[in-house]
Amino acid sequence: MSLSLDDVKRVANLARIEISEDEARKALIQLSGIFDLIEQMQAVDTSAITPMSHAQDVMQRLRADAVTEIDQRELFQSVAPQVEAGLYLVPKVIE
Amino acid sequence: MLNASLKQLSAMLAARKISSVELTSEFLKRSRALNPEYNAFITLDERTSLAQAQAADILIGSGRGQPLTGIPIAQKDIFCTKGWLTTCGSKMLSNFISPYDAHVIGRFNAVGAVNIGKTNMDEFAMGSSNETSFYGPVKNPWDTAAVPGGSSGGSACAVAARMAPAATGTDTGGSIRQPAALCGISGLKPTYGLVSRYGMVAFASSLDQGGPMAKSAEDLALMLNVMAGFDARDSTSLEREPEDYTRDLEKPLDGLRIGLPKEYFVKEIDEDVARAVEAAIGQYRKLGAETVEVSLPNTKLSVPVYYVLAPAEASSNLSRFDGVRYGYRAPDYLDLNDMYRKTRAQGFGSEVKRRILIGTYVLSHGYYDAYYIQAQKLRRLMAQDFAEAFKQCDVIMGPTSPTVAFDLGERSSDPVQMYLSDAYTIAVNLAGLPAMSIPVGFGHKNRPVGLHIIGNYFAEAQMLNVAHQYQLESDWHTRMPKE
Amino acid sequence: MQWETVIGLEVHAQLSTESKIFSGASTAFGAAPNAEACAVDLALPGVLPVLNRGAVERAIRFGLAVGAKVNSPSIFARKNYFYPDLPKGYQISQYELPVVEGGHIQLQIVQDGKEQEKIVRLVRAHLEEDAGKSLHEDFHGMSGIDLNRAGTPLLEIVSEPDMRSSVEAVAYAKTLHTLVRWIGICDGNMQEGSFRCDANVSVRLRGSDKLGTRCEIKNLNSFRFLEKAIDYEARRQIEILEDGGSIQQQTRLFDPEKGETRAMRSKEDAQDYRYFPDPDLLPLEISGNWIEEVKKGLPELPQQMRTRLEHDYGLSMYDALLLTADRDISEYYEAVVGKLPSDPKLCANWVMGEVSAYLNNEGRSFDVCPLSPAQLAQLLLRIKDGTISGKIAKDVFRQMWAQADAESISWKNREGVDEGLADRIIDSQGLRQISDSSALENLVYEVLAANPKSVEEFKAGKEKAFNALVGQVMKAARGKANPAQVNEILRKKLTE
Repeated sequence: MSLSLDDVKRVANLARIEISEDEARKALIQLSGIFDLIEQMQAVDTSAITPMSHAQDVMQRLRADAVTEIDQRELFQSVAPQVEAGLYLVPKVIE
Repeated sequence: MLNASLKQLSAMLAARKISSVELTSEFLKRSRALNPEYNAFITLDERTSLAQAQAADILIGSGRGQPLTGIPIAQKDIFCTKGWLTTCGSKMLSNFISPYDAHVIGRFNAVGAVNIGKTNMDEFAMGSSNETSFYGPVKNPWDTAAVPGGSSGGSACAVAARMAPAATGTDTGGSIRQPAALCGISGLKPTYGLVSRYGMVAFASSLDQGGPMAKSAEDLALMLNVMAGFDARDSTSLEREPEDYTRDLEKPLDGLRIGLPKEYFVKEIDEDVARAVEAAIGQYRKLGAETVEVSLPNTKLSVPVYYVLAPAEASSNLSRFDGVRYGYRAPDYLDLNDMYRKTRAQGFGSEVKRRILIGTYVLSHGYYDAYYIQAQKLRRLMAQDFAEAFKQCDVIMGPTSPTVAFDLGERSSDPVQMYLSDAYTIAVNLAGLPAMSIPVGFGHKNRPVGLHIIGNYFAEAQMLNVAHQYQLESDWHTRMPKE
Repeated sequence: MQWETVIGLEVHAQLSTESKIFSGASTAFGAAPNAEACAVDLALPGVLPVLNRGAVERAIRFGLAVGAKVNSPSIFARKNYFYPDLPKGYQISQYELPVVEGGHIQLQIVQDGKEQEKIVRLVRAHLEEDAGKSLHEDFHGMSGIDLNRAGTPLLEIVSEPDMRSSVEAVAYAKTLHTLVRWIGICDGNMQEGSFRCDANVSVRLRGSDKLGTRCEIKNLNSFRFLEKAIDYEARRQIEILEDGGSIQQQTRLFDPEKGETRAMRSKEDAQDYRYFPDPDLLPLEISGNWIEEVKKGLPELPQQMRTRLEHDYGLSMYDALLLTADRDISEYYEAVVGKLPSDPKLCANWVMGEVSAYLNNEGRSFDVCPLSPAQLAQLLLRIKDGTISGKIAKDVFRQMWAQADAESISWKNREGVDEGLADRIIDSQGLRQISDSSALENLVYEVLAANPKSVEEFKAGKEKAFNALVGQVMKAARGKANPAQVNEILRKKLTE
């Protein structure tokens, strides 16, 4: 399967990374090289194998339903790019 | 003192032969002096470090000192450290003063260890040479023309150059072991789930694992005693009885079965590396170990599998860097989407962007099964290969890296070549096994060679024993690079 | 052409846990902006999710209540997209293996006096986290983001496209709304967004078995909006099709002011959510023991209770529906019937009538009804045993209400308190009906003597005059006479 310039642009858009035409062309070359490597995977028949998502075969541990956090807004917002009245400000959101 | 082990430093502190403030000042002074050349630290903060040292002295004075109390430890800049700049080597977090402590940092604080500074690293731990850091590359103290390895290159350099007695690292595909090998120090990646990932900036969640980097196996054991332990805030943290990882250090190695995967000893390995590794294995035979040939037939696939799974997880993990709540935000933009796109285009370096693109692609509609699911299936095959191999042996050995440290800039333009150098270390992360690297000599241009020791799940104490017994018979780990 | 509307609903029920689904932050409504957004909710670098047992327990409760399969293991997945109210850039949800699969909801629809039953099948119900809120007031041309709601546990309940009208869709939503409150997993507060509906609407020619292209209308937070949005959307689609156009699959928003739906701009680019299992969360295992334990704690379900009320108490479907509208009403009603088992219908009339009206008037719920079931039952007993008439009873009820404890304490905590209230009012004000026939006869004599004209008219065959005389006797008795008894005596005297 070969990657196209449109794929690169589509994926960059999905990932919200601005990419110029020139950068996209360069990325295409590098990504194609990496995908040539990745394609080696397709040679193996894995139809009988269960995918492995986690390194350990253990089940999810559950937390008791209890409030353990306190209000630290001031501290957390001290590192925010732009806040006002306790809110994080972003360019206008259009629904 | 620069070359003293953690045990020796601890004894000196306990006997009040030296104070933590003196010890910390000494290492800080050295770090300040060497950092302009090596670039091992992103942040040094004497005031905070010395305040911690003072507190440690009080603790020791009151008889409540523990093995690492008062000892300066360099922290990889991937661990969120309250009140410290925590950059993860990225412009994206170049203004991020962490409002909280990672679990690992909390554990060091709890025993009164001193944070001597935050070490440089490949951006978001993505790299094998430390060249992807926004803060510039780290130099290999054995040869400043060479890379220190990555991504924990700053930590490896700091320990190798004796700027800190020990350091923390993280390992997603070899990021502790490979720089340890390239810098001639010891490094351990524990079993997945042993060290909490809480507060460790995520790269690939199912592979990331924090671990210690130090001069010797004995030091690693003392470090791991602090770092390992259950954390309720990390769902993948394993609930296990605490262990003393120093407990088996002195055991003789008689009857130890060392597995040598035939796939590891192939022509791709540089001759100098092969020679040093074989010499080390010879030494193990002298120590009473026997060797058996084992097979890890899918080794070749570890790199492709890794370069699907790790970028996939990373592409999602790094979506939170959007310029809204913390970190970098592009100064000029047209609207919300433009703000996202510019922030992320400017805030991330090219390797990180490359991996985000790969990860986004393999997860995207129509490709998920062919790439992501196929990679997860192969991951299981690889874990099964190890399980088979461990039926015949106690530990597996091989080279940590097929080559000694390469030159700065040598591979940075060829990502595939760079990725392939991680072939031996990556499979271990995919399986979730523990593994370590210890120095076993020098190769080309007098650059260090590392021996890769892979253990079975939770076999850390045994691996440390295996490494320690070798280090009792060798002095590679005590050698210091010339300044 | 005959069009048929096909509707499936996705309901987001906010689970009534104390803390969030993956963090220990509070879920309480109404805090200052971002005061309840902790490090995990803000997606600070390095933070990790840990699943709340209370959220899982509520999902199991739901699964059992709708006769669904509770999956073990189930898997949490990441749904990736960028939006400022989504701090991680992905929502933790469930995709391939949801916690609850299948099940059904039984609807009773009473429309234009006709009673109708319908089964709506469920596809699944899965656990996920809520997003924060974007506030669009103008902050110098910017939006403000409040992440207090981010990480609040949701159960997304997905139905099959089994509904064929907005009436059915509303009946389904209401039944579900009752159920989630009934089993105590969601407070159902729609204004606060605790229960939100997305409607998938398509139309097709009647008789066709192929589904048309659907549009999803997001975030309908009242039953009225749900109904209006569906009706509007169906009309819109029919008009397009009748004009020879085709429907574009879209996500739309309902504008309550205009009564219209419009395409959402933020959803314009084709979505590719890149779902994959969340590596930070392990498979969720739910043991058989846990399911058994939850099952034991489940109350009688509204549907079971409705059937019981109809069969055992002889109530109509309509009455049974009203009395099971929520658990507070049903519990209150059951307690009243418990004290007066001989007349469940009388109990039903009063609970749905006077009690309900008074409570509504004061904006209170049945749980904190000032009159205890025992107090009400005594009043009803006095109607039944003829001590007072229904009319007098209403007056007594009014006085009881005024005298009863107006503090908002659950009646369950007032057991045994002043249960003789009704009798006390009746006795102290002499409101007992005059059932002594000699006393009544005396009254009748007096009235007949005082109204010779009416007597004559009656004897001349005017039945109306009789009613006037009854009225006079009742007046003389100040309402306390039993009208039937008065009738009987009067007729006897007049024909003697």
